[in-house]
Amino acid sequence: MTVAMNNETIINRPRSGALKWDLIGIIVIVVCAALGYVLFPDNLALLTRILAVALLVLSLDLVTGYCGVATLGHAALFGSGAYAAGILSAHFGINNPFLMTFGGIIAGAIAGLFCAVIMLRAHGLPQLVLSIALIYLFHEFANKASSWTGGSDGLAGIMPGPVFGLYEFDLFGHTAYFFGVALLLIVFVLLRILLRSPFGLLCRGIREDPLRIRAMGASPKTALVKMYVISGAVAGTGGALSAISTQVVALDALSFTQSAEALVMLVLGGTGSLFGAIAGTLIFMLFEDYVSAANPFHWLTMVGALLIAVVLFAPKGIYGTAVARFSRRGEGSQ
Amino acid sequence: MSALFEVTNLKRSFGGLVVTNNVSLSMAPGDRVALIGPNGAGKTTFVNLVTGTLPPSSGEVRLGGETITRINAIGRVRRGLVRSFQVTRLFQDMTPAEHVGLAVLQRDGRAGRLFGNFLSMPDVMAEVSGLLEKLGLAELSHRKVSETAYGQQRLLEIALALALKPKVLLLDEPAAGVPQSDTGLIEQALDDLPKDLAVLMIEHDMDLVFRFAKRVIVLAGGSIIFDGLPADVTKDARVREAYLGSYANASHVA
Amino acid sequence: MQTVFSIAIDALAYGMVLFVISIGLSVTMGLMRVVNLAHGAFAMIGGYIASYVARDLGMGYAAAVIAAVVITIVIAIPIERLLYRRIYGQPELTQVLMTIGITFCIIGIANYVMGPTLKTIPLAGPLQGSADLGFRAISIHRLFAIICGLVVALGLWLVIEKTSFGVKLRASVDNAAMAAALGVRTEFVYAVSFAVAVGLAAFGGVVGAELLPVEPYYALRYMVTFLVVVSVGGAGSIPGALIACLVLGAIDTTGRYLMPEFGEFFFYLAVIAIICVFPRGFAGRVT
Repeated sequence: MTVAMNNETIINRPRSGALKWDLIGIIVIVVCAALGYVLFPDNLALLTRILAVALLVLSLDLVTGYCGVATLGHAALFGSGAYAAGILSAHFGINNPFLMTFGGIIAGAIAGLFCAVIMLRAHGLPQLVLSIALIYLFHEFANKASSWTGGSDGLAGIMPGPVFGLYEFDLFGHTAYFFGVALLLIVFVLLRILLRSPFGLLCRGIREDPLRIRAMGASPKTALVKMYVISGAVAGTGGALSAISTQVVALDALSFTQSAEALVMLVLGGTGSLFGAIAGTLIFMLFEDYVSAANPFHWLTMVGALLIAVVLFAPKGIYGTAVARFSRRGEGSQ
Repeated sequence: MSALFEVTNLKRSFGGLVVTNNVSLSMAPGDRVALIGPNGAGKTTFVNLVTGTLPPSSGEVRLGGETITRINAIGRVRRGLVRSFQVTRLFQDMTPAEHVGLAVLQRDGRAGRLFGNFLSMPDVMAEVSGLLEKLGLAELSHRKVSETAYGQQRLLEIALALALKPKVLLLDEPAAGVPQSDTGLIEQALDDLPKDLAVLMIEHDMDLVFRFAKRVIVLAGGSIIFDGLPADVTKDARVREAYLGSYANASHVA
Repeated sequence: MQTVFSIAIDALAYGMVLFVISIGLSVTMGLMRVVNLAHGAFAMIGGYIASYVARDLGMGYAAAVIAAVVITIVIAIPIERLLYRRIYGQPELTQVLMTIGITFCIIGIANYVMGPTLKTIPLAGPLQGSADLGFRAISIHRLFAIICGLVVALGLWLVIEKTSFGVKLRASVDNAAMAAALGVRTEFVYAVSFAVAVGLAAFGGVVGAELLPVEPYYALRYMVTFLVVVSVGGAGSIPGALIACLVLGAIDTTGRYLMPEFGEFFFYLAVIAIICVFPRGFAGRVT
């Protein structure tokens, strides 16, 4: 009987906690989204851009935070999604926003597979160099394939149709904003499910000790490739959202700077946590909006200084540090 | 031919240095074998050759009649050749339940599943709590490994290996670093290993060796110099020379 | 034939400039095990200083080179003391973030102080024009860059192989803890190597300004190029770095001559191919 009771507690305790956090996460996102809508009705374009980049940073978190692969080329997946969604509309006249998003997801996943197969051939420094070379390769390719991508002028002529045939993408960005919030919520819930699935557990193991995982009969490389494909799908969603909402795709979507900034946002918020990724994106993008409006010259200096400060003073990121402090206080009061 | 696990003429050299020289041994289900040898005898290299982390220069490894010499480390684990680690290599941020759960899922080919939580899979949890119970770790199921004692981590290491349902288990110094007060727990865990499992234990602690093993193999200078009953090992002249004589002599024994 | 010869000379000059800039990175990465993405930024600082001294102050080329090297080292010392020291032995991601932060800061400041335009460094009289080799004329500046590369390679080789500092350096690269236990002041070795590395970067930035033009995004544009030299050549290996530089120089220059439209694309493709074929570098000893 005691054994049975033990099993009960074993089964129940951690699970209910996870569900509680799912719910809290959803509520927080919805409340923040509503607050943004009410407080900044004139700035929905920025808020939608934040949603798109948040998807990129979440996708980076899957690879860097949960699997321990450092990459400076993650925008390749985001940009692929953006161009795929844009090209579907501009060249093929497929204007259904869901089909465009689906196209972005597929393109992101394929780009993820491509990057994974190349990057996972090496470790450490060579792997990092590969990631940088890959993002430049994608960038150069998009630049040269200008008949498809518009090159350095950007891809224009993207005209997404109404959502469900009812809601037009309006000038004020209301539809785009709600579309983005819905995408982020769906991705958030799916990732929560993914991260506590057996596969999520496997990836956490890989981050800590790939050799141990091999000794358990699992192939870290196969798992990482799979995670990269999933990550690509998430980043592709973000890219598609960006293409749909802004109705242009600029070469910047495939840039080294975008990749590096995504990493900065992730680290700023805290790696290995979905909340951290979203929080980091929000803080960074609002800060960027504020600083670059005040003094565009110093934007890069500020990012650099911010990065140095995070490494020196809050290596777990803002969210991670807050959680650590909170839980320490919690333990102290017990 | 009825041997479950067979190593034939296994050889490995680094440059001109022969580290493992014509090692042959065979084990049947239920065997309890201890592999001992002085420092630098080539035990670690032998383990790496057998588990597939290091390719041999020549020789063969067979498991259940199948030649696995060309099969990589992952494939060998999947076929039932499992090892534990000398220095515990556990996932410090994960709980014992997660460790064993992951091993069970991996063994069943479910570790790639993208949804569901093993904590709510009754069959997995039954096995997880059964194993942790058996090794006295049930209380710690949901603590982070980094918060548990070293002896408990060694027990978890054994639980993890057992969760993979091995046919042959290589235990690399299962009691090393465990405080005296906890060695009883390890000994108990070793006594309780499944009866049909073939166990090859690499160990320094002779008390544990004599208690556990029905057969002792002594490795020195990369070669097997003794393979027989525990009672005979201390009487063997070559073993005495390997341990008591100078190490320089030991390498000429081969 | 004419084209082949031009490509060969340019490739050699480009490779040698790459070598001068990245050899310091290679040695410090082998020594301190720090993934340093900011190395190119120091070359860029050198280029800016030289341009300022030679063009704006009107002092000579030699003065510009010396000023560039000295001032860049002076700037780098506090950065090493305050920032790099904190990331020795830290996880790779931390090192990447810190050094990319430093790079961004330097780019932002350079952009602000010197403006976003391309900076030229007027060459000294004897370096202008071209030399007639009888069958073919080549630019003296290219020759100068090649000679500089050879001198640096030879000088480093002598220091590392023949001096007591070289012995300490090699011991520290091999096993820093052991070297320290044997009485090598590794802190001192680190500091001197870092200074030399930065000085060489600045020197290369100045000498190579004709081939790698000095502008604010220099540090990002050539980041991969410098890093790939180290990851392909093997951290801490002079011959490895030399081979890597010559190969990369040849690929880049050939691409630019034959396919100016797609030059960059094929360069990055080649980088990826090289690392995929040699994931552990030519020397097979990358950590």
